[in-house]
Amino acid sequence: MKFLDEYRDGHAARQLAAAIKKATTRPWVLMEVCGGQTHSIVKFGIDDLLPPGVELVHGPGCPVCVTPLEMLDKAHAIARREDVIFCSFGDMLRVPGSNGDLLQIKSQGGDVRVVYSPLDAMQLAAKFPHKKVVFFAIGFETTAPANAMAVKLAHQRKLSNFFALVSHVLVPPAITAILKSPNNRVQGFLGPGHVCTVVGYEEYEPLAERFHVPIVVTGFEPLDLLEGILLCVRQLEVGTATVENPYSRVVQRIGNPAAKALIQDVFEVCDRKWRGIGEIPMSGYRLTEKYRAHDAERFFEVDMIQTVESAVCISGEILRGNRKPTDCPAFGKECTPRSPLGATMVSSEGACAAYHAYGRAEMLEIGVPQ
Amino acid sequence: MSATEGFSTCALPNNNPDCILLGHGSGGRLTSELIRHIFLPIFGGDELAKLEDQATLPAPSPGTRLAFTTDSFVVKPIFFRGGDIGRLAVCGTVNDLAVGGAIPKYLSVAFILEEGLAITDLTRIVKSMKLTCDEVGITIVTGDTKVVDRGKGDQIFITTTGIGEVPAGVNLSIHSAKPGDRILISGTIGDHGVAILSEREGLQFETELQSDVAPLHDLAQLIIRECPDVRCMRDPTRGGVSGVLHELSEASKVSVRLDEASLPFRDEVRAACEMLGLDPIYVANEGKLIAVVPATDAERVLTAVRSHPNGRNAAIIGEVRAERRGMVTIRSRIGTERIVPQLTGEQLPRIC
Repeated sequence: MKFLDEYRDGHAARQLAAAIKKATTRPWVLMEVCGGQTHSIVKFGIDDLLPPGVELVHGPGCPVCVTPLEMLDKAHAIARREDVIFCSFGDMLRVPGSNGDLLQIKSQGGDVRVVYSPLDAMQLAAKFPHKKVVFFAIGFETTAPANAMAVKLAHQRKLSNFFALVSHVLVPPAITAILKSPNNRVQGFLGPGHVCTVVGYEEYEPLAERFHVPIVVTGFEPLDLLEGILLCVRQLEVGTATVENPYSRVVQRIGNPAAKALIQDVFEVCDRKWRGIGEIPMSGYRLTEKYRAHDAERFFEVDMIQTVESAVCISGEILRGNRKPTDCPAFGKECTPRSPLGATMVSSEGACAAYHAYGRAEMLEIGVPQ
Repeated sequence: MSATEGFSTCALPNNNPDCILLGHGSGGRLTSELIRHIFLPIFGGDELAKLEDQATLPAPSPGTRLAFTTDSFVVKPIFFRGGDIGRLAVCGTVNDLAVGGAIPKYLSVAFILEEGLAITDLTRIVKSMKLTCDEVGITIVTGDTKVVDRGKGDQIFITTTGIGEVPAGVNLSIHSAKPGDRILISGTIGDHGVAILSEREGLQFETELQSDVAPLHDLAQLIIRECPDVRCMRDPTRGGVSGVLHELSEASKVSVRLDEASLPFRDEVRAACEMLGLDPIYVANEGKLIAVVPATDAERVLTAVRSHPNGRNAAIIGEVRAERRGMVTIRSRIGTERIVPQLTGEQLPRIC
């Protein structure tokens, strides 16, 4: 299939893997930022093709994983209300809060619906004027433009029964937090291709310079990932630290100006809590004053809900790249996708869930080398 | 006025309602009308026409065995590209008989209808069932109808139960796969599930893709004729190809290794699954079978299956191995190998 098969070609993959091996003279630790990249790496076994010196650690870029427990509890409180139609992306449905998940709320009579586009939720608000339609607006910069568009259109069409429960997070502050962490091991980044499609990579240039780390904007197919790794290793070997963009078939330096303007109109930067990590200053979006009437958190008065995370799981360490899922004693035992203990097991894009989905737990048990 | 009409407590708008009323399940005149005006004329057949409480059927020939299976069908939408719930309900049970090596013989049909279902929709479904039965050569010999309040069902649920005859000498079992055997699939994977998804509310996307719903009785018999040593056959419906191979690897105490590059997918299915974040090997098929055959017969069976109209896209997709018992693995296009996990619940679309 066009635009797919050419980026999954086995021969080209082996050539890139050989080039990475040739380029590597010392051990390097790279982080892929995005959950979609983690998913592809594990699905295609990209790490099996790498020389032993090149270690991939999995970053915090899974929006479902890092949505704080507290926000889930707020979402669930709203979804339980009889006057509400609660709309969400599919993979938020199974994420447990303190007391069950959205699928359970649905089985108990809550009107919970999966939508593919926030605009579908906005249209539900028009169709059911006597209901309050709430969209769970999560995600990184990638989903922000569509979420912003839904709010903007609802506002224009005076749909006062449409609300967004906003839990947006941003990549650059998370990278900064990782690099500032005293026990940071990450030496180079595979930058988030889809995030950069929206916002560009200008913002990443000062980061590369300030912390002297190479950042390579990377896509999601096997050849994209291998090329990203190769360019990152080459920079590390020669000691440069710039932002490179081999994913130029999708990403431009300035991003998508129309999408950025939309985000700027609807959202403003604020402090955000990250599940497993804690609060990171200026690391998220909330609605601007102009659109505050559509803010579900304010309308439903769920601000007072405060929840403390479980201290058992090591997802915070995994999200910072300090530990691997298989380092956790609970991995695949007490903690599985059916009963996740923490951030990185809750979504299929989380590092622990990806490891579990592609059998790393079983591989571990029967002694196949990781 | 008959006694039945005199006792009726159901307010009937007219004598020929255009939708299902609670009264159609009352056992009274409306039930009788439904049977005499729709089921009997369309389904036909002497056994059904006797209107006994049971079908009485000839005993099987000596040496043969009976195959007996049942399945319930709920699908939304009830009419979809490539089929409808009626064709699905006949094929589902026929295929469960067929993959066991049985010749499908008799079918029972039980309907649960939701009050308000259009009579024209019911008629269309019943006609579709009859056409499919004729295609297979199976006879509907008994049935039942119940009606539930509006809002308590989802238009129509159908349960079919089938009886088939397994010829002497045919012994297929999910427990009998052996290391070295090859896994054959009779065509492209995931067509039914993706076709249904594409018509769901909120998910609609434009595609020409059709459900693959089809009876597999003659394809199954062709495989048995071509390869009397065939170990087992299964139709990968709910749970998809992965579900069947997990059952096989557990029951036969072997592992299965798939070869990703050999899996047959339609481009529309791959594109939709990439877009929605789904994996087609977990997606339902309704007109495909998986056969486990000895390696020496594999190419011959493949050629034979490809000569059948329902098997043109057949492929050998993997092999049975002795090591890592109970596991299903896949060799990726880039040469790495990973485990294919069992699905926990329903596949949920990913955010990005």
